[in-house]
Amino acid sequence: METTLRRIWPAIPVLLALVSTTLLIIAFGADPIQTYGAFIEGAFGSADSTLNTFAFWIPLLLCCTGLLVTFTAGLWNIGVEGQLVMGSIGASWVAIAIAGPNPNIPAWIIIALEISAAMGAGALWAALCAVLKTRGGIHEIFVGVALNKLAEIFTNYLISNPWHPPHVGSSNFTKTERFADTALLPLMGTSQFSPLSLILVVVALVVIALALRGSSWGLRLKAMGKNLKAAFILGVPSEREAITGMMVAGALAGLGGAVRVLSWYDSLRQSIGGGIGFLAVLIVLLAGTQPILTAFIALAFSTLLTGGTTVQLRTQLHSALSGVIQGALVLFVLLFGDYNRVFRRKAEPPALVDTSHE
Amino acid sequence: MNDSAIVLMLASIVAQSAPLMLAVTGETITERVGVINLSLDGTMLLTAMAGFVAALQTRKFLEPMGIEGNTLPVLVGFLVSALIGGLAALLVAWGSARLKQDQVAIGFVLTLLLADLANFLGQTFTRVPGPSVKHLSIPVLSDLPLLGPVLFDHDLMIYAIYLLVGFSWWWLYHTQPGLQLRGVGERPESAFGRGVPVSRLRYLYTGLGGAMVGAGGAAYSLNIALGWSDNHIAGIGWIALAIVIFGGWHPLRGMIGVFLYGATKAAATGLQQVFPEIPVVLFNTFQWLLMLGVLLLVGSQGIRRLVEAAPPAIRRPLTAALRIAPPRSLGRVIGDD
Repeated sequence: METTLRRIWPAIPVLLALVSTTLLIIAFGADPIQTYGAFIEGAFGSADSTLNTFAFWIPLLLCCTGLLVTFTAGLWNIGVEGQLVMGSIGASWVAIAIAGPNPNIPAWIIIALEISAAMGAGALWAALCAVLKTRGGIHEIFVGVALNKLAEIFTNYLISNPWHPPHVGSSNFTKTERFADTALLPLMGTSQFSPLSLILVVVALVVIALALRGSSWGLRLKAMGKNLKAAFILGVPSEREAITGMMVAGALAGLGGAVRVLSWYDSLRQSIGGGIGFLAVLIVLLAGTQPILTAFIALAFSTLLTGGTTVQLRTQLHSALSGVIQGALVLFVLLFGDYNRVFRRKAEPPALVDTSHE
Repeated sequence: MNDSAIVLMLASIVAQSAPLMLAVTGETITERVGVINLSLDGTMLLTAMAGFVAALQTRKFLEPMGIEGNTLPVLVGFLVSALIGGLAALLVAWGSARLKQDQVAIGFVLTLLLADLANFLGQTFTRVPGPSVKHLSIPVLSDLPLLGPVLFDHDLMIYAIYLLVGFSWWWLYHTQPGLQLRGVGERPESAFGRGVPVSRLRYLYTGLGGAMVGAGGAAYSLNIALGWSDNHIAGIGWIALAIVIFGGWHPLRGMIGVFLYGATKAAATGLQQVFPEIPVVLFNTFQWLLMLGVLLLVGSQGIRRLVEAAPPAIRRPLTAALRIAPPRSLGRVIGDD
């Protein structure tokens, strides 16, 4: 009996979360089946909406991939949202300053420049966060929150002043002008999905997953995450690793930002991050640094978000419902996911193997 | 700027301080007993919505019975918000003590979940007029020059908050239970050894602190920016958490932090008029730069060096006054069994 319960236990918190959100939907007078159906319809109802769900998934998964690195090292990289925004700004800068006035430069050079600028901007923003933590003694959560807000304000400054489109009233700023065609990623049909970005995210996820599993870099990060002091005493250069780890995460989030402005949108605009960074933190908390599970949860969460607008249309429920479902899922799994802790059982001790003579 | 403008500015700093003051004092107590409730930003958004809606619905309920006025509805609003804030904080404490999960992780998830929940649950109450806190000038005192308008000509709630902050300080530093509270936060094992009910006190003070944070949310929607709209007060919770650190986990220094924050915010608004050529959006950066700067001052070795450079005679009192170390057991998972 107990072993059966133990085996099916991981599903229980997920069910609990779904039951509570279903009750919430019923309490607001909507039909839960119609509501959940609308999520699916909105996300996968047509070829374009399916492609768009994947287009939303790609930058999200890039952020998650970066977070796999920082979570392994035991760092709370809340600043991933700001790193994504700075990536958007870096790519936009290339699009506006280089591609705009020079329509003769081939697209592949422009796109390569945009991607490098985005990754560089994201990495630098993350490095600032890491240094403020290691040298400034501020917890990275606070640095992250502040740098997120600063990146957002910087975007608003850019689109309201230097990059403000001409012929538009100065009080009306929501976005820059559409970028030049050579600056945008090639899209599939009428969707916002860019095949190139899919290749990039798959490469990034595979490389990071392998590096974390099999390289000595991954091992050093793991040691830091398990016990920072012990890792330091055993000779892990923890400050340098923290900074490089954060920079890798920042570069990947910055790449996500480039994908966001160059394919999901065609310009830099207000709230360009759209909460993707925060969502990525939730996903990695839920997946517990397992790369493949991370990719699937990110897809499920993308479905909830891209389907959210259809839900609002069909049922008049507020689009924050997507966030409520996501938050409830993570909270319930976080609290009740561990069978041993819920039922106060001792965890099975790991098998001891004496390797001291080898 | 003439005298009356300065008086008006100071008075508005005091008038606007209520939500932060409640949140900072509440979180100070919670962290002093060893629990870090990171969910402030979400909790305050949810309680701002809940307090406003509770007050509005209470007034609608009472009006047909011939009971007019806002006093009772506003009280109900504050009570509901305090209850929700307390429950959110208790969830963090319980998840840590009973389920052995990371307080920071639970708090972060709650920050996002409660914010979305606030927007979702409050969807039918956006931009509706509702009740607000009563204004009360204190006779005689409010006629004092300068001090009168700055300190004694406010909404009723402001006075209550000052009493609460003062009481918290007295309780923490001048009573036996306050000593136990601090003991639990610093060295729970020793406190336990001396017969202090560590687990019970942790829950008690975490819940009380959370209730004050919740009341802070209600103070926002019933007193500062009246009513409810999506993401009504996003950001204030993080500022409160930073002020707790700046205040060195001390209620009175937290209060000073809240005033300093209000003063710099007012100064930024003033500077905006002095330098009209600087784009307005850039003035929004100040509070976040201030937050980073202040935490940098506290977190880096700057203050310690300052103390070491001081003459030996005042080094001791200076160290005590500039206490920057967090409670030793802050955020640690402690069993309740």
